[in-house]
Amino acid sequence: MEKRFVYADNAATTRVSENALKAMLPFLQESFGNPSSLYSVGRKAAAALLDARKKVAEALGADTKEIYFTSCGSEADNWAVRSAAFEGAKKGKRHIITSAFEHHAVLRTCAFLEGQGFEVTYISPDSRGLIDLADVKRAVREDTCLVSVMYANNEIGTIQPAAEIAAVCKEKNILFHTDAVQAVGHIDINVKKQGIDMLSLSGHKLHAPKGIGALYVRSGVELSPLIFGGPQERGRRAGTENVASAVALGAAITDAVTGIAQRSAAVMQMRERLIDGLLSAVEGVRLNGDRYIRLDGNVNLSFDGIEGESLLLMLDMEGICASSGSACESASLDASHVLKSIGLDDRAAKGSLRLTINEENTQEDIDYILERLPAIVARLRALR
Amino acid sequence: MDKKRVLVAMSGGVDSSAAVRLLQSQGYECAGATMRLYSNEDISISKSKTCCSLDDTTDAKLAALKLGVEHYVFNFSEEFSQKVIDHFVSSYLCGKTPNPCIECNKHLKFGSFLARARLLGFEYIATGHYAVRELDEKSGRWLLKRSPDINKDQSYVLYNMTQDELAHTLFPCGGLEKERIREIALENGLVNANKPDSQDICFIPDGDHAGFIEQRVGVQPSGDILLTDGSRLGTHRGLIRYTVGQRRGVGVSYSEPLFVVSKDVEKNTLILGTKDKLYSNSLTAKDCNFILFDKLDAPYRCKAQTRYHQTPADCTVSPLPDGRVLCEFDEPHRAVSRGQAVVFYDGDYVVGGGEIE
Repeated sequence: MEKRFVYADNAATTRVSENALKAMLPFLQESFGNPSSLYSVGRKAAAALLDARKKVAEALGADTKEIYFTSCGSEADNWAVRSAAFEGAKKGKRHIITSAFEHHAVLRTCAFLEGQGFEVTYISPDSRGLIDLADVKRAVREDTCLVSVMYANNEIGTIQPAAEIAAVCKEKNILFHTDAVQAVGHIDINVKKQGIDMLSLSGHKLHAPKGIGALYVRSGVELSPLIFGGPQERGRRAGTENVASAVALGAAITDAVTGIAQRSAAVMQMRERLIDGLLSAVEGVRLNGDRYIRLDGNVNLSFDGIEGESLLLMLDMEGICASSGSACESASLDASHVLKSIGLDDRAAKGSLRLTINEENTQEDIDYILERLPAIVARLRALR
Repeated sequence: MDKKRVLVAMSGGVDSSAAVRLLQSQGYECAGATMRLYSNEDISISKSKTCCSLDDTTDAKLAALKLGVEHYVFNFSEEFSQKVIDHFVSSYLCGKTPNPCIECNKHLKFGSFLARARLLGFEYIATGHYAVRELDEKSGRWLLKRSPDINKDQSYVLYNMTQDELAHTLFPCGGLEKERIREIALENGLVNANKPDSQDICFIPDGDHAGFIEQRVGVQPSGDILLTDGSRLGTHRGLIRYTVGQRRGVGVSYSEPLFVVSKDVEKNTLILGTKDKLYSNSLTAKDCNFILFDKLDAPYRCKAQTRYHQTPADCTVSPLPDGRVLCEFDEPHRAVSRGQAVVFYDGDYVVGGGEIE
C-alpha cells in the first residue's frame, strides 16, 4: 500500500469534531462576554455555559448542578481524591483504597496524601488487567473514606466493574470515585443507575478541545473548594469559565454518548482484525489486558526483543501514530506501571505498543498497519 | 543532489547547538535529538544543572526551534544505568578510578544514539565534541586528531571510536576554538550561549561520587591506612573516597607530604607513600582500540596520556596477547590509576588507547 497517515493514538487525544468546533467558535469572538456579566453578551455566554453543563449532565445521567467544569481530567481526579480525603479526615476517616494501575493523576495525589498522614491501599489487578471485587471488599475498613477505581484503563483498555464496586461502597457508606476519562463515549455510563458518587472526564478524549474537563459530584457529597476567589463552579473553583471549550465539550459529549453500541461494534470489528492479524503475522507477541473486557478501540501488545521507543519512531516514519509503555517525555523514564501491575517485566513493558483506534479509522488504516508493523518488527529484531 | 542528513546529539549546551548552525551552513540537513539518560529522582536530586536534566531538554528544544530543525527525545535511561552507572559503581568498588564519559561515548553516543540515527535514516550523527576527524587518503582510514583549542580538546574520551563510527560521525566544533563557538551561538541568538560548560560527571552534579556510590550499595567499611613500608598511619573512611595521586583530605600527618599510591581492595587498606612512590616506569592496558592503524603489531614510539588533562609523556607501546598492550615510559610517570584510560598520541593524532590495568 502507498504510505498514508494513520492516527492510532486516540487514547492520547482525539481530533476536535466539526460539531464541537462549530459550537465553540461563536464564543471566541461574537459572544465573547464573561458569563458573570449582566449585559446581553455576557448573558449569552452564561446561557451557553449552562446549556453545556446540562449536556454533560445528561450524557452521564446526572443533574446539571452536579457538574463542575475543570481544565482537564487530571484536575478532576486531583480534586475528587483530595476533597474526599479532606472531608473524610474531618470525620476521622483517613484510609483510601485505589488500584495500582490508576492514572498518575490519582496515584500521585494518593502519594501526596500518604505524606499528609493518610493510609492508602493499592489493589493490584489480575494478570488480565481486571480488579477483583473481592479484593475491594477485603480492603474496606472502618476508616475508609474513598474508593477510587478507574472505569477503563488508559493503557490496556480493560474495563473495571465500576457499578459493582460502587454498590459495595454504598453498602459501607464510602465515597466511590471513578476516573472515566477513557470510558466516556465508549461505554454506557449512568452515574445514578450505577451508583457513582464522583466521576472525572476529559474533553479532548472525546473530540472536544484540550483544556476542558469535568467532575461529576453527586449532590449531597461535600466537595471542598479547589480555587478560591469567585462564585464560579458553585463557588468551588474560582476563575472565569472557559466558555468556548465548555460549549465544545457539551456538543462533543452529546455526540459521544449517542449511538455507542453501533459505533463501538464497528470499531471493535477493526480492533479484532488488528489483534488477529498481528498475533498471526508476528512471532513472539502477546496481547496485554483481557481480550474482550476492554475498550472497543484499544490494542496493547508486547513484542519480544523490541524496544518501544524505536518501534514508535519507525512507525512514525511510516506515518503511523501510536504510543508505548515507555513514554519518554514524562518525568519518569521507567517502564509503565500499568504493564508492571499486570505482571510484565521491565523488558516486556518497554517493548509494548498501544494502538487506539476509533470511528474515524478505516479498514484501509487497519490493512496498512497490518502491512507495515510486522515488517518493522522484523527489521528491528534483525538489528539486535 | 539530496542533502546529506545528520542527526545532531543536542545536549542543550552551547557546543551542540552551534554544531547545528555550522552543519546547516555547510549544506547538511539537520535534525536534533536529546538523550534522556536518567531522571533526577534516580540520582536523588530535585533540581540539577547537568547536561541531561529536564531543564536542558527544554534548552535543546528551544535551540532546535530557533535553528528550525526537528527535535527528538530518546529515552536511553536503561542503557545508561547498565552501561555507565553500574560500570562506574562496580569499578570504584574494585578500587579503580573509572571515566564514565568514555563509557557513555562508547555505549550511548556511538552505540545507542548512532543506531537510532541509522534506524531513522540519517547518514551521519554529529556531536559537539572538540576533536577533528580526518580521512587518510592513502590508507583510506579515518583518523582522529586533537582540537586546535588544546584546553578544550576531547580526543582523549573518544579513543574507543571504530572506523565505522568515525565514518559516520561529524564533529563540527572540532576545528574551532571554544571562543569562536560561543560567538556563533551569540550571533545566532541561541539561548544557551552563556551557559556554563557541563561538569565532569553529569549524573553526580554535586561532585560527591562517594555519596552517590554509598547510596546505591551501602556505606563502605573503613580500614587501615598504611605507609608503603607497612606501618599503620590511621583509618580511612572507605576506599571509594580516595584516588591514586591524591594528597589532600586523607587525614594523616607525617614528616613529608604523603600521596595515595595504591588501594588494596582485598585487604581494604589504603597505601600512602612519598612523592617518589607515585611514579611508575610502565603500565599495561586492556580492551585496546586503535585508530591510526588496525592493529598494533610491533613496538611503537609515541606519547601516552593517562588522564583527561595531562601533558603526554614519551613512551614505547608494545603489543601483548588478548588485545592488551604494555606501555613503557621514557621517564617515570606520575599517578597511574587503574580504570583510567591511557590514550596514545603521535603528534596530534590519536593512535589508540585502552583501560589501565
